Amino acid sequence: MGVRTIATRLDSDAKRGLLLVSPTAVYVLLLLAAPLAAVVTFSFWTQDFLTIDRSFTLDNYREAFTDPLYRVLMIRSLVISGIVTVVTVVLAFPIAYFVSFYVPPERKALWIFLITIPFWTSYLLRVFLWKVILGFNGVLNSGLISLGLIDEPITFILYNANAVVITLAHAFAPFTILPIYVALEKIDRSLLEASRDLGENRVTTFFRVTLPLAMPGVIAATLIVFIPTIGDYVTPRLVGGPNGLMIANMIQTQFLKLNNAPMGATLAVLAMCAVTAISLIFVLMNRRYLR
Amino acid sequence: MKGGWLRIYAIGYLVFLYLPVVLLPMFAFNEGTVIAFPLKGFTTEWFVQLAGIEALHGALLNSVFIALVTASLSVIFGICAARASTRFRFPFKGPIMGAIMVPLVLPEIIVAVSLLVVVVQVLDLPLSAWTVIAGHTLICTPFAIAILSSAFQGLDQSLEEAAVDLGETRWGAFKNIILPLVSPGIVASFLICFTISLDEFIIAFFLTGAEPTLPVYIWSQLRFPTKIPAVMALGTLMLVASLIILSVAEYYRRRGVERVGGKDSGGFL
Repeated sequence: MGVRTIATRLDSDAKRGLLLVSPTAVYVLLLLAAPLAAVVTFSFWTQDFLTIDRSFTLDNYREAFTDPLYRVLMIRSLVISGIVTVVTVVLAFPIAYFVSFYVPPERKALWIFLITIPFWTSYLLRVFLWKVILGFNGVLNSGLISLGLIDEPITFILYNANAVVITLAHAFAPFTILPIYVALEKIDRSLLEASRDLGENRVTTFFRVTLPLAMPGVIAATLIVFIPTIGDYVTPRLVGGPNGLMIANMIQTQFLKLNNAPMGATLAVLAMCAVTAISLIFVLMNRRYLR
Repeated sequence: MKGGWLRIYAIGYLVFLYLPVVLLPMFAFNEGTVIAFPLKGFTTEWFVQLAGIEALHGALLNSVFIALVTASLSVIFGICAARASTRFRFPFKGPIMGAIMVPLVLPEIIVAVSLLVVVVQVLDLPLSAWTVIAGHTLICTPFAIAILSSAFQGLDQSLEEAAVDLGETRWGAFKNIILPLVSPGIVASFLICFTISLDEFIIAFFLTGAEPTLPVYIWSQLRFPTKIPAVMALGTLMLVASLIILSVAEYYRRRGVERVGGKDSGGFL
């Protein structure tokens, strides 16, 4: 086969590949890229009662940065998302480690299936059930009282940020376990033996060999929790109380209640920018693990 | 026993994971109207109540319609993208595939808000089941691609070449050789997309029209304490339906992996 035939063959391969991927790519372009561009455009316009003033202005951004309400909500959202991410990843790592290193190969698929099932059940109902569990007269309090463990209902776990963290940590658990598990599965077990042969003990082997090799999975898990968490409004609304509301609740209010789409768009753009910036910094800080 | 402490931790973690799921049926069959311990007595009254709610039936039909259309579209888009990425090398493959997978990590509210802006403000169209379908297809397609990619990945390319050498057209080879081999993957991804769409709330809440979906209907009921037991019963039915669909999907996914002779890495993702 001459060089020329190979070249034309690659060419036709490329064409067929592009043709085949195009329906999906065009769909994403039309229904995601274009709408995102529209949101960014809207953030530079203003709502003038029932119509939209289409002259370019930075007023929305000025308001978003100066109004203390927006600032409090944004900072709180980032802090809560950060805590949820740390809690979820730290709690999930041992599970991924256990399934990868201690569960016999033929039962691994069953464990992963068991871990992912709750994720596929209705998110709305899971959040609502946490409200029921954590409530003043809820399952936890009534259960503990009827067992005689406490006399008074404990109150620090509903309608505040704690409740939001518990609920979101539960919601994202499977999402964090899977990428860490996949990274751990890829580790060549002979490297661990080599480390032990060269005089490291179990603990140092874990920190000097296993953990660095698992970092790509940990980083993926971190991003996969941190980014979507910022956009959640169901959990803060149901279990957060007034001091647990997040920026997504405000975006929802601007769009659906106040009918101020430009302000909502501005807050959405700012939330996205903040999350993207933090994620980029995080990835850059950990870039040595990602080669 | 290997991994003693880790095993105990893992079991504790599973309990935490399943706590809400286990409580749901307990309170659905509980006689008391307050969701708290101790449980009162056994009743099926709440399930009987469900049968008489007209609005609920409308929401259910609406949700099933949306989920069926969403799953069909997502699987078609998924087959195109998964096949293209596993079989062909083409320019800008990384960026294109990356863009298609973006909805997987994008906050759902961003997807919802941006579609809302385009539909209502730019195109000035009414919200309907179709706007929900548009949003759901966007978030379901990456899941379909993830499942289908592992099905296409393990395919032996020589099978297709042999078919073409023996006189099949490319389309004929795809239809008669490739599709049957990946059909378990197609079934699995269809069922997963169906479940995601059926349970999805955040996007549906923004994009639903006059006819609510099932989760949007449930959201509207959560404000009324007297309606909660019926919601628990409804949730239990949804849970059972999801579990059955998911088990069937897992069965097909495993069969698909076996059929192409791949190694089972477990899980849907």
